[in-house]
Amino acid sequence: MTSTTEQFADLSATTLLRFATAGSVDDGKSTLVGRLLHDSKSVLTDQLEAVERVSASRGQDTPDLALLTDGLRAEREQGITIDVAYRYFATARRRFILADTPGHVQYTRNMVTGASTADLAVVLVDARNGVIEQTRRHAAVAALLRVPHVVLAVNKMDLVGYEEAVFAKIAEEFTAYATGLGVPEITAIPISALAGDNVVEPSANMDWYGGPTVLEHLETVPVSHDLTACPARFPVQYVIRPQTAENPDYRGYAGQIASGVLRVGEAVTVLPSGRTSVIEGIDALGESVDIAWAPQSVTLRLKDDIDISRGDLIAPSSSSPATTQDVVATVCHVADQPLAVGARVLIKHTTRTVKAIVKEIPSRLTLDDLSQHPNPGQLVANDIGRVVVRTAEPLALDSYADSRRTGSFLLIDPADGTTLAAGMVGESFASTAETTVQADEEGWDF
Amino acid sequence: MTATVAHVHEGTDAPYALSHLDALESEAVHIFREVAGEFEKPVILFSGGKDSIVMLHLALKAFAPAPVPFTLLHVDTGHNFPEVLDYRDRAVAKHGLRLHVASVQEYIDAGKLRERPDGVRNPLQTVPLTEAIQQLKFDAVFGGGRRDEEKARAKERVFSLRDEFSQWDPRRQRPELWQLYNGRHAPGEHVRVFPLSNWTELDVWQYIAREKIELPEIYFAHEREVFQRNGMWLTAGEWGGAKEGETTETRLIRYRTVGDMSCTGAVDSDATTLDAVITEIAASRLTERGATRADDKLSEAAMEDRKREGYF
Repeated sequence: MTSTTEQFADLSATTLLRFATAGSVDDGKSTLVGRLLHDSKSVLTDQLEAVERVSASRGQDTPDLALLTDGLRAEREQGITIDVAYRYFATARRRFILADTPGHVQYTRNMVTGASTADLAVVLVDARNGVIEQTRRHAAVAALLRVPHVVLAVNKMDLVGYEEAVFAKIAEEFTAYATGLGVPEITAIPISALAGDNVVEPSANMDWYGGPTVLEHLETVPVSHDLTACPARFPVQYVIRPQTAENPDYRGYAGQIASGVLRVGEAVTVLPSGRTSVIEGIDALGESVDIAWAPQSVTLRLKDDIDISRGDLIAPSSSSPATTQDVVATVCHVADQPLAVGARVLIKHTTRTVKAIVKEIPSRLTLDDLSQHPNPGQLVANDIGRVVVRTAEPLALDSYADSRRTGSFLLIDPADGTTLAAGMVGESFASTAETTVQADEEGWDF
Repeated sequence: MTATVAHVHEGTDAPYALSHLDALESEAVHIFREVAGEFEKPVILFSGGKDSIVMLHLALKAFAPAPVPFTLLHVDTGHNFPEVLDYRDRAVAKHGLRLHVASVQEYIDAGKLRERPDGVRNPLQTVPLTEAIQQLKFDAVFGGGRRDEEKARAKERVFSLRDEFSQWDPRRQRPELWQLYNGRHAPGEHVRVFPLSNWTELDVWQYIAREKIELPEIYFAHEREVFQRNGMWLTAGEWGGAKEGETTETRLIRYRTVGDMSCTGAVDSDATTLDAVITEIAASRLTERGATRADDKLSEAAMEDRKREGYF
């Protein structure tokens, strides 16, 4: 083997981190993203030339790095980010997929979109302003979507004299708030995206800070979880039955393991029918294996010839979920048309789509102050609320707290196919008790 | 959530970590199977280029040992590289697939499309593509587009709903949450599906190397007669060749993308193996499209505008 092949082998063994950025309009989010791309050498010459050309034609002296991320005509015209954009960059240690989400209040649904698949969220604040309403909103969305890691990037430290006290106060306030919402891990980093302090290179201006730079943290934060701790869930996507001369009897259940680990020989239950069998074989895209784990796409073969089709869920018999027709969840409303009590909808959960009716909307949450407004009657675009939905057929649901994959669903308008809402089964925040105490202290109106 | 926080493993040594290529492969296979499970008549856009070759490879793996449950569609500009058409036909035969060809040349011959003054045919593909989708009633159309290719494509969903005119409206896209893809559509509408959305050019090459996938030879360095136009090395062919003032010379080149010969440029390269190509791509300071595609240089929003009209 040549040395190139070895390098490539190393490179292909790197892991993938999906992360999302959130920040208010002028917090410098685009500059941070531009800096990360630029300093990790992920901006190529022709892209930079295009940015320079457009910046110059607008009469700007320096290239506007925000143009790297604003891909639509309307975004460039208005100088704002309308929609989530996905960016890709890599270091020797890891590959990154960045969901660059807009900061405008009216685009909460976009942050929800970006955060739904993120392992980590970067929440940006302006060091001069500290924790503001929008910061709390971003922290709340990250907590609601249960993003495992949150980074607080305190930006524009150069404008506050690189003062440790300013950073410490903001970090403390944010950490208290986010921890109260149940965010499990918070890392606060003082940065200047414009000057490049602590983004990719450690800052010489803040020797009081001993932690990682933003990139260093992104490179080292753990992305894999101990899946043996989560019960296995296997939504059946498609039944593979070649019925060919070579494979007359092959019957495999294709799907992506949503959580946990599956092993050959394991006793399994198929939901919602409740029939049981044993895993006879696991085909991992052409290779027969004894063990497979989330999020691998595999094909399972079972010992018994039982009736299984798309939409069924295979789970270990020892820890299979209960089925229900009454779904209690938090939803983020993402459509322009409202969602009202009594609405007939479709619910898409894993690979199963069933008819449903919205029985109740017990409350609407105001993210700014986490206050609950009882019985709003309907939810409109960007609202977050609790719903009770009755489904036509039983669903094997997990709590979103246990599994982002089997605890999430979409509500769809059966008339025109619009995605109405993103749903999360079970409790909204990991720790509501502490929030209530905080809320009482500050005299919030519930 | 407590479980995932309390038992995390450090770095890449975690027992249940997936390499980035395995993660991308798993995600793409999931997308293929979702479409197979939910649509009546899907089709894979297959040009014989590396992205569509990787798509076909993934589809073969997703449904093995059963055959791929999709047909293929190629929009032939009439100016394709002969090596690539040859590869296309061999791949179709090898896997026992069915190929539909929508021909730009036939549209021009029938007077339904007019040749552009610059001879570039890529933008002309939109009409044959969208008419083939309507006539053959495809309801899901797989494309090999990647979000890293171009800034308008960075805004594209994995499942992208197109109206009865195949139009893309970037401001009216459905939010795409978790891995829950919404493929609902009215009769006449269809969904474009991009299983390689999250792949980069380097990922594609690394995957080709790992999976030992055969490619048309024009992706590797070879000596070829080329001439320079608008800063790009073009190969003469039936579509045309050097004009007055443009001189033809023999250079050691390879192609990073394969498309219409009139607007796909070659790059100087001595990379004759997959390893050498990967090393070259990793060190390149130019994007794939910036280096080799004339049609994207037409205007700041060239890709967005074409996509709005139904381009893939």
